[in-house]
Amino acid sequence: MAKPMNMRDKYNRMTRDLGWEPSYQPKSKIYPQIEFEGIKIENWEQWEDPFRLTMDAYWKYQAEKERKLYAVIDSFAQNNGQLNITDARYVNALKLFLTGISPAEYSAHRGFSMVGRAFPGVGAQVACQMQAVDELRHVQTQVHTISHYNKYFNGFQDFRHMHDRVWYLSVPKSFFEDAQTAGPFEFITAISFSFEYVLTNLLFMPFMSGAAFNGDMATVTFGFSAQSDEARHMTLGLEVIKFMLQQHPDNVPIVQRWIDKWFWRGYRLLSLVAMMMDYMLPKRVMSWKEAWEMYFEQNGGALFEDLARYGIRMPKYWEVSVQEKDHLSHQTWATFYNYGHAAAFHTWMPDAEEMAWLAAKYPDSFDRWYRPRYEHWIAQEKAGHRFYNPSLPMLCQTCQIPMLYTDMDDPTQVVYRSTEYQGEKYHFCSDGCKDIFEHEPEKYVQAWLPVNQIYQGHCGGATVPEVLNWYHLRDGQDNRDYLYSEDRQNWLRWKEASSQLETT
Amino acid sequence: MSVKALYDYPVVPKDTVEQFHGNQLVFIGWDQHLMFCSPIALPLPPALPFAALVEQVLTDAYGQHPEFTRIDWSRVEWLLDGQPFTPNPVAGLRDNGIGHKSVIRFRTPGLNGIAGSGS
Repeated sequence: MAKPMNMRDKYNRMTRDLGWEPSYQPKSKIYPQIEFEGIKIENWEQWEDPFRLTMDAYWKYQAEKERKLYAVIDSFAQNNGQLNITDARYVNALKLFLTGISPAEYSAHRGFSMVGRAFPGVGAQVACQMQAVDELRHVQTQVHTISHYNKYFNGFQDFRHMHDRVWYLSVPKSFFEDAQTAGPFEFITAISFSFEYVLTNLLFMPFMSGAAFNGDMATVTFGFSAQSDEARHMTLGLEVIKFMLQQHPDNVPIVQRWIDKWFWRGYRLLSLVAMMMDYMLPKRVMSWKEAWEMYFEQNGGALFEDLARYGIRMPKYWEVSVQEKDHLSHQTWATFYNYGHAAAFHTWMPDAEEMAWLAAKYPDSFDRWYRPRYEHWIAQEKAGHRFYNPSLPMLCQTCQIPMLYTDMDDPTQVVYRSTEYQGEKYHFCSDGCKDIFEHEPEKYVQAWLPVNQIYQGHCGGATVPEVLNWYHLRDGQDNRDYLYSEDRQNWLRWKEASSQLETT
Repeated sequence: MSVKALYDYPVVPKDTVEQFHGNQLVFIGWDQHLMFCSPIALPLPPALPFAALVEQVLTDAYGQHPEFTRIDWSRVEWLLDGQPFTPNPVAGLRDNGIGHKSVIRFRTPGLNGIAGSGS
């Protein structure tokens, strides 16, 4: 009887049999996308898959994780776990993650399926295929969590429909569509390296620790299940970069430009995380500023020191991200407060204790620039005039975020950048977004900017209620201030009922 | 630079003026008044007199700000697409040189936002 093969033998056997030489068609016809981006690969054999996971091992391991995960989700549902969260305000952080990021997991699944097909190397094909399956699992587990919370809270009922229409969801949507419509090497640099390796800790860590701190075991569970995959994804991200850089010196400037672009796009997307950390968690984990210092300035700094020997430097405009850390979360939350009538989650003003926390975490910015604005809004609300911005915002052509970012030399001054292309004006929130546009203007002139689309008459009508209807956003239930929300009323009722149960 | 693609990449700008049903898109920002989180976007008739922009459009957009009624419009500093600009109040937007997707900014000296915070 043959000796059983160990994991490494199995992997070698699996990949060897996949890597045949075609005889009916030239390789250039089988893999038509592999040259146009300018990346030169001398030898695909040099691709090292650090995990060498075979399909049967992958299947067994993931099945075990899924069994545990669904057991926890079931028990959360049976025990009314949603009543153990710190406060119903917390659910709004979850709404943002599950409506903004979960569809993006699905986009990542599609993207990795496509690049797995595009790459000629067997190691790369297998790694991409496994990640594609991971991403599909992540969106499925998250949909189960949506399904549970949807029974008790507003705003979850039509997340797929909203992803294609709602103004702020166009930010993650356009980010992934930009990556998916690039070539395979740019896609994998964008998602595996810039997003998964450099920035994912700033997405997963705050949401999952936030969930744990705030008693949301359903989210903690899908988070942990996904996180063990993230480790593999991050390793793939770094492997991809090093592989491209080692294959040919001509690849270095191309890869550097992609790192510059996708760092900036990812950083802009993280504005949503920044406001979630500082404003949406009833029990806070750490401030955005602290998270950026730890995960980007320290960890990211060390990574780019390590990559210096391949000729790679820190991403362009990283200094701006560091300067903005005192302002980012406040400016983003203020924007959602302005447009709380058009969001599928609730907004609110921080209470006195929360403002003290913000002032302590942001001694150089909060009291001077943001507290006066908030105190005015609170006074207006108490007088019966909760402030909503009556006009629609001007959007950045690249990141599609309202032009809310200010000049770090004068934090009261909005940054305006613009350019002309074929006689048409285009506007940007930053030099980072302007550079991205100018490198590939043909791509970004076709951006589906939600505000401009409303004015062109493509979004259900000219008034806010008509547009909300087109979004499938229920006016008065899913949107507006938390203070007057059905979510809050229900929450208070449930808590009262359960405290009465405890005392009898 | 230009996009790298496998085929002739069509240039299809999505927001050309013809898409706006006779209006043009105009962006407006009140500097140092970030209670309004970002500049705003409005579809406006190219013939709209500048005075009407000030009296109707800006009042609707910014009237909720406690400093709005204190603006001395004769002292307002205007910027059009980043350059200092003196509007002709009786002329229309187009005749004032305000094009599709132009940015109009205004500064109100002495009014520095809520409690001087630029809000």
